[in-house]
Amino acid sequence: MRFLLDPEQRAFGDSLNAMLAAADTPSVVRDWSRGEHARGRALWSRIAEAGVFALAVAEAYEGLGPRPVELAVAFVELGRHAVPGPLVETVAAAILLADLADPGPAERLLPALASGEAVATLAWKGPYALDGDVATTRLALTRPGLLLSPGHGPVRPSLDPARRLTPLEPGGELLGRDPATARALAYARLATAAQALGVGQALLDRTVAHVGRRTQFGVPIGSFQAVKHRLADARIGLEFARPLLFGAALTMAPADIAAAKVTACEAAYAAARTALQLHGAIGYTAEYDLSLWLTKARALRTAWGEPDVCRAEVLRAHALSGDRRW
Amino acid sequence: MDLTHSPADEAFRAEARAWLRAHVPPDPLPSLETGEGFAAHRAWEAELAADRWSAVNWPAAYGGRDATLVRWLLFEEEYYAAGAPGRVNQNGVSLLAPTLFDHGTEEQRARVLPPMATGEVVWAQAWSEPEAGSDLASLKSRARRAAGGWLLSGQKTWSSRAAFADRAFGLFRTDPDAPKPHQGLTYLMFDLRAPGVTVRPIARLDGRPAFAELFLDEVFVPDEDVIGEPGQGWRIAMSTAGNERGLMLRSPGRFLASAGRLHRLWQAQGSPESTKDRVADALIGARAYQLFTFAAASRFLDGESLGPESSVNKVFWSEYDIALHETALDLLGTEGELADTEWAERYVFSLSGPIYAGTNEIQRDIIAERLLGLPKGRR
Ligand SMILES: Cc1cc2nc3c(=O)[nH]c(=O)nc-3n(C[C@H](O)[C@H](O)[C@H](O)COP(=O)(O)OP(=O)(O)OC[C@H]3O[C@@H](n4cnc5c(N)ncnc54)[C@H](O)[C@@H]3O)c2cc1C
Repeated sequence: MRFLLDPEQRAFGDSLNAMLAAADTPSVVRDWSRGEHARGRALWSRIAEAGVFALAVAEAYEGLGPRPVELAVAFVELGRHAVPGPLVETVAAAILLADLADPGPAERLLPALASGEAVATLAWKGPYALDGDVATTRLALTRPGLLLSPGHGPVRPSLDPARRLTPLEPGGELLGRDPATARALAYARLATAAQALGVGQALLDRTVAHVGRRTQFGVPIGSFQAVKHRLADARIGLEFARPLLFGAALTMAPADIAAAKVTACEAAYAAARTALQLHGAIGYTAEYDLSLWLTKARALRTAWGEPDVCRAEVLRAHALSGDRRW
Repeated sequence: MDLTHSPADEAFRAEARAWLRAHVPPDPLPSLETGEGFAAHRAWEAELAADRWSAVNWPAAYGGRDATLVRWLLFEEEYYAAGAPGRVNQNGVSLLAPTLFDHGTEEQRARVLPPMATGEVVWAQAWSEPEAGSDLASLKSRARRAAGGWLLSGQKTWSSRAAFADRAFGLFRTDPDAPKPHQGLTYLMFDLRAPGVTVRPIARLDGRPAFAELFLDEVFVPDEDVIGEPGQGWRIAMSTAGNERGLMLRSPGRFLASAGRLHRLWQAQGSPESTKDRVADALIGARAYQLFTFAAASRFLDGESLGPESSVNKVFWSEYDIALHETALDLLGTEGELADTEWAERYVFSLSGPIYAGTNEIQRDIIAERLLGLPKGRR
């Protein structure tokens, strides 16, 4: 029992953090929201070079994984810097392809995902796939099975301008019938939870900085107790989501992942509400960078499993295990 | 990153489980906050102590098992999962004992700890005063020099279990002229049955005398009952094994067991949709708290100090505990109004969590100022 990241895992997170901080991610996000993907794709390559996507791909397909703890570490940082693109979807696609009965599609598609040459997206039991216009591997989970979609429909704006939703064109190559989806869903949820935690962390950090600078009534607003206590609550929420996230990464049990997902997303959303309130009107503008995280916190809350769905998963597991599962 | 326990730790857990299975009383003991219940809980402490289960993390010399923090956590999980009784010596074991380990003399440890472990001497904490609650440093009760010791005078209040306890530990002003309120305080132990002590039980919300007021009139305390140096009381009290206390104030095992009980109650009531989310959140919260504690314990074992993190911990568990018990009472409906059930007693107890051990407002200030670095200022 040593429930702490080891020094290499921490160093990996720190180096991603430094790389993303230097990359001026907010302006990359703004380009991406306008459909200009060049800088986003360049950043994607650097993220891939750091090994992030390889963590979702088995060694047999030129990856390093799957390594859920390291993936969680990486996705916290991707969320902290509001990196745009179908990041979670690429991870989910990698797992889904690896789990197909026929290894052919995995052999053909996974090495490019691991290296960052290819970007995947995925329409999971619904019409929309994230960023279908930039993805090179578009997967659709449909009635007969997993399809490699030939193209995408018009882009629909999301509440989070950086998340561009696209329907996929029907038809295409059938990669596998009745694919096993549980593991892909687990990885997608875990990565989303981690991303949300990073988003919440960024919202809290930026708000703490803001309330230390902004003065009203002649003093920093951060010296008012009502302000302090909201931020303390945001910190408490995030602080208790983190162990659930890494605990889930260790067990990869669906109920643990669901618990981490709902807790991290609710904590991030609560942090977003606090961040908006404490920034006042400036927080309510699209031009101020805070908005990049505010809107993502809302979108991640329902992505890959609404709160209700996650809670039901937890209850189901406990009913089956007779309460000694945790 | 590892959540598995070593075979030796698992063996320790199994030993605890087997012992508890053989010894935990089949029916719940009467409430700890009644004379009869207090006596029954004292007897239970003696039974635990006979096989060295009453203070597992203490050195064997004082009746413990030298258990590591992780083993203590495992023991607590088993303890609460087994439905074992509440701990009447909680104040002594989690507050006074760590202080004695850090600041006491060998003579004090040898004298105080073994009868604490057996429940022969039950301790009360005498910190608060009528005018000194959140602003504890403003306390006024005094200790005056006398031949071979000190004379205590003043009033203490809200002292948990003092209605039935034997001895108390607390802070007293020994230098009224000290320049700052935190200075000139002395930490000492005294006898609740000594001449000059009047104990007035105070009924809590449900009428049970869960705490008491202490009126002290020239109560003699020998020098050997001063903890650490006179005048250093504040520092000693605040450091009360600062780190560990944050971890050990409330064990995750207790909330894991409560959440399990709530889940079974929910199922017994037909798994109503209306409370589904709250029950799921209770299960998730217990797990979050367990894992948070494992992470904190890992850092602690690495030699890191935890400090203000215990404030994060405290706000979380105290609010969690109330939410869990509110859900239970709501599930019980009209039955939930009955006062003489275990759920009701636990609910009443949970309500005090955000008040004692430093109110949650004070804890949020600590989080904001010391963890987030926000400016001190208007309160
Ligand atoms: C069940 C129970 C058991 C207890 N057991 C013990 C015991 O064994 N020994 C012992 O010594 N004491 C004990 N206490 C007392 C406890 O420590 C005090 O109640 C606590 O410190 C708060 O003090 P107070 O009640 O005087 O409230 P006050 O300090 O008067 O506070 C009242 C309210 O004002 C708020 N407030 C005060 N100052 C501030 C501030 N600066 N900023 C924002 N809000 C503020 C508080 O948060 C609280 O909500 C117990 C209390 C309870 C309820």
